[in-house]
Amino acid sequence: MNGLSKGQKKDIIRIVISLILFAVLIFDSKYNGWFLTNEGSWHMLLLWLVPYFIVGYDVVINCFRGIIHGQMFDETFLMTLATVGAFGCGEFEEAVAVMLFYQTGEFFQSYAVGKSRNAIQELMSIAPDYANREMENGSIEVIDPDDIEIGDILVIKPGERIPIDGNVIEGEGLINTAALTGESMPLSVAVGDAVISGCINGDSLIKVQADRLYDDSTVSQILEMVENAAAKKSKTENFITRFARYYTPIVVCGAVLLAFIPPLISGNFMAELGKWVLRACTFLVISCPCALVISVPLAFFGGIGSASRIGVLVKGSNYLEMMAYLDTLVSDKTGTLTEGSFKVTRIEALDGYNTEDILRFAAAVEAGSTHPIAMAICEACADPLSERFVKNVRNYSGKGVTATVKRSEITAGNRTLFKELGISLPSENNKGTAVYIAKDRKLIGKIELADTPKPEAKQAISDILNENVKHVVMLTGDSMASASAVADELGITEFRYQLLPQDKVSAVEELIKVLPEGRRLAFIGDGINDAPVLTRADIGIAMGSLGSDAAIEAADIVIMDDDLSKLPALMRIARKTIGISKANIVFALAIKVACLILRAVGIANMWVAVFADVGVAMICILNSMRMLKYKG
Amino acid sequence: MKKKFKMENLDCANCAAKMEDAISKLDGVTDCSVSFLTQKFMLDAEDDKFDAALEEACKIVSRIHHDTKVLV
Repeated sequence: MNGLSKGQKKDIIRIVISLILFAVLIFDSKYNGWFLTNEGSWHMLLLWLVPYFIVGYDVVINCFRGIIHGQMFDETFLMTLATVGAFGCGEFEEAVAVMLFYQTGEFFQSYAVGKSRNAIQELMSIAPDYANREMENGSIEVIDPDDIEIGDILVIKPGERIPIDGNVIEGEGLINTAALTGESMPLSVAVGDAVISGCINGDSLIKVQADRLYDDSTVSQILEMVENAAAKKSKTENFITRFARYYTPIVVCGAVLLAFIPPLISGNFMAELGKWVLRACTFLVISCPCALVISVPLAFFGGIGSASRIGVLVKGSNYLEMMAYLDTLVSDKTGTLTEGSFKVTRIEALDGYNTEDILRFAAAVEAGSTHPIAMAICEACADPLSERFVKNVRNYSGKGVTATVKRSEITAGNRTLFKELGISLPSENNKGTAVYIAKDRKLIGKIELADTPKPEAKQAISDILNENVKHVVMLTGDSMASASAVADELGITEFRYQLLPQDKVSAVEELIKVLPEGRRLAFIGDGINDAPVLTRADIGIAMGSLGSDAAIEAADIVIMDDDLSKLPALMRIARKTIGISKANIVFALAIKVACLILRAVGIANMWVAVFADVGVAMICILNSMRMLKYKG
Repeated sequence: MKKKFKMENLDCANCAAKMEDAISKLDGVTDCSVSFLTQKFMLDAEDDKFDAALEEACKIVSRIHHDTKVLV
């Protein structure tokens, strides 16, 4: 029991002392009666009041405070009334026992809440405490991250947290982004690279120039989002609120009826009244909705927390809840399912050249170009020719390029360029994009390029389909050929191609129309040009948007790194959250209703009532706390 | 104007709900939340009525639960 607060330690001592006194009195009344000789006398009452007040004085005091402030019918009032009533009926033992039991339950409840709060604090611990600003004269000043101004140069020592989003201007090293992305591989950064706040610097010193204020930095946006997520309540949470609105008055009415109707019927009103008022009080103790009021939001908080630990930000409990009922996942292709950049997939060589020669010639002529295809070819070439062999480079925009390489004329380009230059090509169909290479106007080879699927995409798609998602639909602006190639490879059976951005919105709208009752549709995209679709879908999920404001704004859920496999994990978290909340609701209500009925007919005593209140609350809280540790 | 405050000794979830309910009915308050788990209080009120609403909110908090305080 480490980490107890001062107040909690005091509570334990009070409970223990009272328990000892209680045991002594019980023992005494059963066996010899040193103290308790005269049944029902005031002297006996006084003895029993000692352990009662030791353990419960604050309950009684708060009860009177509540009455003065006009706050009747809170827990302390009910407990005081019920125990005082028990004393009045001569059931001293029960009165003390109930107070003891209640306080023990309260103690465990506050312990559990404290633990949860600590776990939440840990989730929020990505905020930097300070920043080291480098002054003009080279000295270093420790400041509050809030005081950083745009353009300030900040020194980040090994092991320190990066306080602000900015660019590295000196030094290089590895940074740990785990707290933000859940990614355990450190990220390597060098001069000119952007770094985001909240990451932890590795073993070398780097200097970063701030390009945002702290309030706009990634870390404060994330904290803001996680804190506010609780405000967007899920249906389950709203149900609790609505439920409490009807439940409490009904129970209070029931208690009043229970207190007065049976004595009226019995004909001996005054004699019976005390007993029934007491029953009515325990009736109220049982009914306290604390178990639900704490445990359901706690489960959602835990769910959002564990999602953020794997690098997925959920903007509201409602979105987490909807993820559990996902029916259709609509995905953008480029940048989401695929890398979003071209890669060389196949090289064909003719006339006795080998594939390396072809690649080297192509890379030599394309070296100066910034076209994505040219860049992909240069990247694929491990051993490029020196620039000094390349002369007379001529660019044919969007078609290709020609240049003189070691006295031969090399052409690299598409079919259109070859037709224009009158170089003959065999007719054929390519799956992806092809670049033809000619030497002295004679075809010597071909390089095929395609936007390749992400390595984890296939597994992620099949995991998602295993998580009770009925459809995965791919949308793309690309041609039928490249769409079906990617879909085949990933095991996606439904796809739509050659869509303009507005077509994507109408495709999503159509799919929403055919959703089964109570099921949801999510759209996942890389956040570029996706804003309308992200908003239109039930749940908009943005990917690969580390530090991109636009996507964070438009989406409901943000996957901080590009990793698609976070999606099935998120679904497991969502379902577990819903499962735990529902289990809590059913369990708490079932026990409470059963106890209420038992109490009304007079079977259950005060002990049962207190269990139904604090005991159930504690069990529900402990159940919800599992969510804080869940990893998906 | 929207501002956030920390709270102390908020250890009753029901009370938090009652506080939220009572404060949201104050004059000029557009939105408010009392979070039991994070012990945070958010008040969104019209600029000219903000200070009055905040003062009133603090009173409500300590009236509903004696030990609870808003750290202004």
